[in-house]
Amino acid sequence: MRVRERIKPFGSEKPQPVKGELIIIEDRCKGCGFCVEYCPNDVLIVSDKFNSKGYHPPEVVHEENCRYCGFCQLVCPDFAIFSIEEKAVESKSNTA
Amino acid sequence: MEAIITQQEAKRHPMDNLLRMDRMPHIWCPGCGIGNAVSAFADALDKLEYNLDKLCVVSGIGCTGRVAGYIKVDSFHTTHGRAIPFATGIKLGNPDIKVVVISGDGDLVSIGGNHFVHAARRNIDLTVICVNNFIYAMTGGQVAPTTPTPAYTTTSPFGNFENPSNVPQLAEAAGAVYVARWTALHMRRLTYSIVDALKKPGFSVVEVISPCAMYYSRINKLGDGLDMMKFYYDHSIIKHGEPTDHLEIDYQKEIIVGKFVDRERPTYSESMGKWFED
Repeated sequence: MRVRERIKPFGSEKPQPVKGELIIIEDRCKGCGFCVEYCPNDVLIVSDKFNSKGYHPPEVVHEENCRYCGFCQLVCPDFAIFSIEEKAVESKSNTA
Repeated sequence: MEAIITQQEAKRHPMDNLLRMDRMPHIWCPGCGIGNAVSAFADALDKLEYNLDKLCVVSGIGCTGRVAGYIKVDSFHTTHGRAIPFATGIKLGNPDIKVVVISGDGDLVSIGGNHFVHAARRNIDLTVICVNNFIYAMTGGQVAPTTPTPAYTTTSPFGNFENPSNVPQLAEAAGAVYVARWTALHMRRLTYSIVDALKKPGFSVVEVISPCAMYYSRINKLGDGLDMMKFYYDHSIIKHGEPTDHLEIDYQKEIIVGKFVDRERPTYSESMGKWFED
């Protein structure tokens, strides 16, 4: 076996995909568009529908790109969007 | 049943235990940056894991004065400009309580300017978060001491010719031990700056440049809150340790942000304890 196959530089397990949830509380949104503009992965767009106050809340279009960094939660001035990242269970790699 | 409750609890906003969510939606306009400052403050409290029974938030009058009503800790909504005197009293009466003043530029620098200077001179152990939106927004867009020179407001219809005050320079000259400035877009840096300011004993000032979408940018035809945020993104320059006399904000020019002052001085309580010991 070649050395390259035997020793993997970043541990023996593959990196797991990030899991989580992105939640929009639509009735709190005032449609400022900060989350849509400053999402690093362009997950959100401004939707066509109206909320109860007549603003256009954001809509999730590419949730597969979301890394649940939480910047939308920080930059939202109306506390209307948040993301919860499910913490991965600690693997037993490298220590064995 | 329990599983459903935990599922619902998992979907609560992470700041639910720090903010009075029953009062939401708040009164701030769409595109206003004060919510970002509150968000950063709540996130900083979350990071510090601070005991919320040992914390008091004081705010004055104005748009930013409403912050005290939205934070779920002991809070005071005081008279105009007198947030720092109230906070001083709370701090001297209860020295183990951490007191935070969140207020606007008109409240802290103009009407409460004298209190700001003397609290910094005495170095009372307060954390001041000054949300600067360049205008008196709640009262209808009057000219503020931080309004940049040619900007139009309702009380300067030919343009403002007064020289604006420079909050970091004022704070440093008066004797503050920690001075930083960020815009409402630098959320993570702002959060860590508030964490540092809360940890620092003494008078610490964090200035938050915030867009005012309804008055400042509407009268000056600068677009909405998002356009102001894009302007901050393009024109803010991070320069840590910049001398504070370089930090004047000109109209639609570059905004220097960063941490400018971090020094040690004996606080008021320490000086008082030492005086009575001798």
